[in-house]
Amino acid sequence: MNNIRKQDIMSLLGCFVLFAVMQLLIMFEIIGPFWELNIVLIGINIILSVSLNLINGYTGQFSIGHAGFLAVGAYTGAIITVKLGLPFELALIVGTLCAGLLGFLIGLPTLRLNGDYLAIATLGLGEIIRICILNIEYVGGASGLMGIPRETNFAWVFWVGIFVIFFIKNFINSAPGRSCLAIRENEIAAETMGIDTTKYKVMAFTIGAAFAGTAGVLFSHYFYIAHPASFTFMRSFDILTMVVLGGLGSMSGAITGAVLLTGISAFLAEYPEWRMVIYSITLIVLMLYRPQGLFGNKELSLKMFKLGGDNSGRTAEGK
Amino acid sequence: MDMGSFLHQFVQQLINGVSLGSIYALIALGYTMIYGIIKLINFAHGDIYMLGAYFGFVATTMLGLSFLPALVFAMAAAAVAGIVIERVAYRPMRNAPRIAILITAIGVSFFLEYGMILIATPQPRTFPAVFDATVYNVAGLVINSQQIVILGSALVLMAALTYIVNHTKAGKAMRAVSFDMDAAQLMGINIDKVISMTFALGSSLAAAAGVLVSIYYNSIDPLMGMMPGMKAFVAAVLGGIGIIPGAMLGGIIMGVVEAMVSGFFSSTFRDAAAFGILILILLYKPSGLLGKNIREKV
Amino acid sequence: MKKMRKVLSVACIGMLLATALTGCGGDKKGSGDTIKIGGNLEMTGGSASYGKSAQNGIKLAIDAANAKGGVLGKKIEFVVADNKSEAAEATNAMQKLIAQDKVIAVIGPNLSSASIAATSINTSAKVLAITPMGTNPNVTVDKDGKTKDFMFRACFIDPFQGTVMATFAKDKINAKNVAILVDNSSDYAKGLAQFFKEAFTKGGGKIVAEESYLQKDTDFKATLTKIKASNPDMIYVPGYYQEVGMIVKQAREMGLNVPMAGGDGWDSAKLPEIAGKAALNNTYFSSLYSPDDDSQLNKDFVAAYQKAYNEKPDVFAALAYDSALLVINAIKTANAVDTVKIKDAMAKTAGFSGVSGNVTFNAQHNPVKSAVIIEYKDGAQVFKTKINP
Repeated sequence: MNNIRKQDIMSLLGCFVLFAVMQLLIMFEIIGPFWELNIVLIGINIILSVSLNLINGYTGQFSIGHAGFLAVGAYTGAIITVKLGLPFELALIVGTLCAGLLGFLIGLPTLRLNGDYLAIATLGLGEIIRICILNIEYVGGASGLMGIPRETNFAWVFWVGIFVIFFIKNFINSAPGRSCLAIRENEIAAETMGIDTTKYKVMAFTIGAAFAGTAGVLFSHYFYIAHPASFTFMRSFDILTMVVLGGLGSMSGAITGAVLLTGISAFLAEYPEWRMVIYSITLIVLMLYRPQGLFGNKELSLKMFKLGGDNSGRTAEGK
Repeated sequence: MDMGSFLHQFVQQLINGVSLGSIYALIALGYTMIYGIIKLINFAHGDIYMLGAYFGFVATTMLGLSFLPALVFAMAAAAVAGIVIERVAYRPMRNAPRIAILITAIGVSFFLEYGMILIATPQPRTFPAVFDATVYNVAGLVINSQQIVILGSALVLMAALTYIVNHTKAGKAMRAVSFDMDAAQLMGINIDKVISMTFALGSSLAAAAGVLVSIYYNSIDPLMGMMPGMKAFVAAVLGGIGIIPGAMLGGIIMGVVEAMVSGFFSSTFRDAAAFGILILILLYKPSGLLGKNIREKV
Repeated sequence: MKKMRKVLSVACIGMLLATALTGCGGDKKGSGDTIKIGGNLEMTGGSASYGKSAQNGIKLAIDAANAKGGVLGKKIEFVVADNKSEAAEATNAMQKLIAQDKVIAVIGPNLSSASIAATSINTSAKVLAITPMGTNPNVTVDKDGKTKDFMFRACFIDPFQGTVMATFAKDKINAKNVAILVDNSSDYAKGLAQFFKEAFTKGGGKIVAEESYLQKDTDFKATLTKIKASNPDMIYVPGYYQEVGMIVKQAREMGLNVPMAGGDGWDSAKLPEIAGKAALNNTYFSSLYSPDDDSQLNKDFVAAYQKAYNEKPDVFAALAYDSALLVINAIKTANAVDTVKIKDAMAKTAGFSGVSGNVTFNAQHNPVKSAVIIEYKDGAQVFKTKINP
């Protein structure tokens, strides 16, 4: 127990150092505005991929409707700040809660399904959420909700990201988290062991959805706008790709996946015509050579690389 | 709205729905076959449909072929494309986790879409009218001859497919592979060959759909496969994935639901209704409308 | 084999990290002898065809300027960034163009929502942007009614165009009952529909049906059947040509032979091909540009465009071309590579002649242009009437 605490404090210290370094680099404009923007985007994507990883990787429930919860967070957050004129902090909380609540309501019936059926159901629900938003004139309909103040900055994204990572890491190490892992490994066996599978599946799904909502609030308050076109099933695929590329059930993997794919996308901005072609080939090749993802379900640790560094892979955060 | 005009509208919407649904059915047939054999949600299937439309475009405009040869050309070319995609992207991953293959499929889908944009530019192209559309006006109801051709083709192809799967040696092999891949291999069935054949068949069906739809709608573009591909997959699940008549039924139901929702409610909720029905079906009968407990796949 | 895979994947990661790092470190400084103009365009995603047309148009304008020796004695370099047809990505692309590529002016995005999102970036960086096709009034004006200093547009705004068509429908078509079929995924189309409705009902007309569709839809028969039941004597379809073509075709097949009308999104050589020449008879649209406009400037443009790209320019290409000309003109007038001076020069633009007509910016940075109503007759565009703002 003591050992774990010590480790946590060490990694928290590591985070502070990393944050200070990054913040200084941004303040002195060594990292220009373009890369600052992409670092924020990476942070948001990390929150998304880590939260989806809880559902897909740790609990083994195949969900591809994450963009729907992202949208819910983005819109409810924007309603709080733009329509009601309330502070951003409240928007973060409400956005998270709303997305979580919706995740709970959706998860309850659909998580009875498994495998591909669950996948297609979540995909459909994600689209339904988007279509509903598209038809609500109060939030701008197809034009999107405009005039959102830019409240998100690197510090917000960094600390919220760290919070989400810690939360999910601790959840996995808790008794409910262990139940989730058991469900992933063998649902029937888990049930025989007396685990209420539905409860824990819904729990994981709700937490994952809630954090997607958090990411949504950060997203809409960084890009000035919440627009239905940002939350299509292509966006869900993007997040799923990050998780699978990094390695299902690996925190370091989810983080690396988010960093890599966002980075590739930003780097390829130089070649607009070729961007998606190169992106898709990279995807195929990486999957051919590492079908279990870059990390498999392992974590980045001292044993894997004897180069040292922070053991939970948070070093990847800043890039 | 009085009863007479309501009924009239209802029948017209039914016609619209069935004609739209037969397009989904055509694409769903290939989807369901591939899923039945290797349990892969082939997200690139909608893009094969797009590829087929472009092959048809090349055949009619550049090679100057007429309708039937162009259709055959497009189907053959798409079959080759399907085999190549399976060989390069899916075969090496046969023992990989299913989700990894899914990501590969998404990758292939992006590659086909944006590769085509690179080659053919994203501008829509107009597909030449290779046969004329006659509009029949029966008691105030409007039916287009092209709609009938599409529905007819879907039925013929479905029948042909059912025959191949149930009454030929190749079909027997396919059923065996879908039932138990290892056992089939032990019985001396060349699995690679069977899977290649499935992809060839499925892709050529998609291409046929692509050409027919392009003639009907008259316009093609590199991203045309995204939405129909998705809808066709939903249709396949609706009818019971892996079941050939199920794909047909699912497609028609999707089309009719969409037409009814647009006609009597609002077209903006059309897609939401389609997905909603899918979820309801999944919750109450997860194996799909025609799915049985002991499923006969392919 | 396993080892090789490991090595390969590690190499892959290494390469990617290296590229990310180099990207991070090296901000490319604009070299002294070129002037960079950025294009924040829809290169991928649902509206990729608009971005491609715009890119073609801009390239043509810049190549022509370079052939004449460039501007201020320097060659112009055109840098495109992809906004993926999406608002958030447009912000990203804008940031890249300004921070990484150090462009001195940006053309784009085409979509109104993307323009509204992205303009916050170029405003805070004090670099002007001009949207070729962002017609929503809020693109250049913020919610308090204040003009955004660094945002311009080359097209006219939705209220004007919607009103123009409403007047035309009432006076020239004698329409009383109009059905509206609007592209619900486009704020442009929705804006047009809204202002058409306001003006038309104010003039005593009646809207008998309001239906909608989404971009990339292909089957409209269900909706058209519903519209037919409401017996309109005109259908207003603000939207883009790809869907409009299919709508017109399917409407005529359904036996809906009433006049149909739309906005400048109809303007494309592709429309008669998709809809069919006969089906397109008895349709009208409001536009600020016609490829058949007989000004010398336009004739040269169409000829050059056809030579370069082997197709007729559509409205996106034409307005992007004009946007590029406007930017080049502003740089010339400012006579300095100073983004604020260029902005000032742009704001003072008056009587500038482009292929889509003369441009004079008003206080809201909207060009004061007259609109034309064009009728399709056997697939050809026939100039019908001209309406001044």
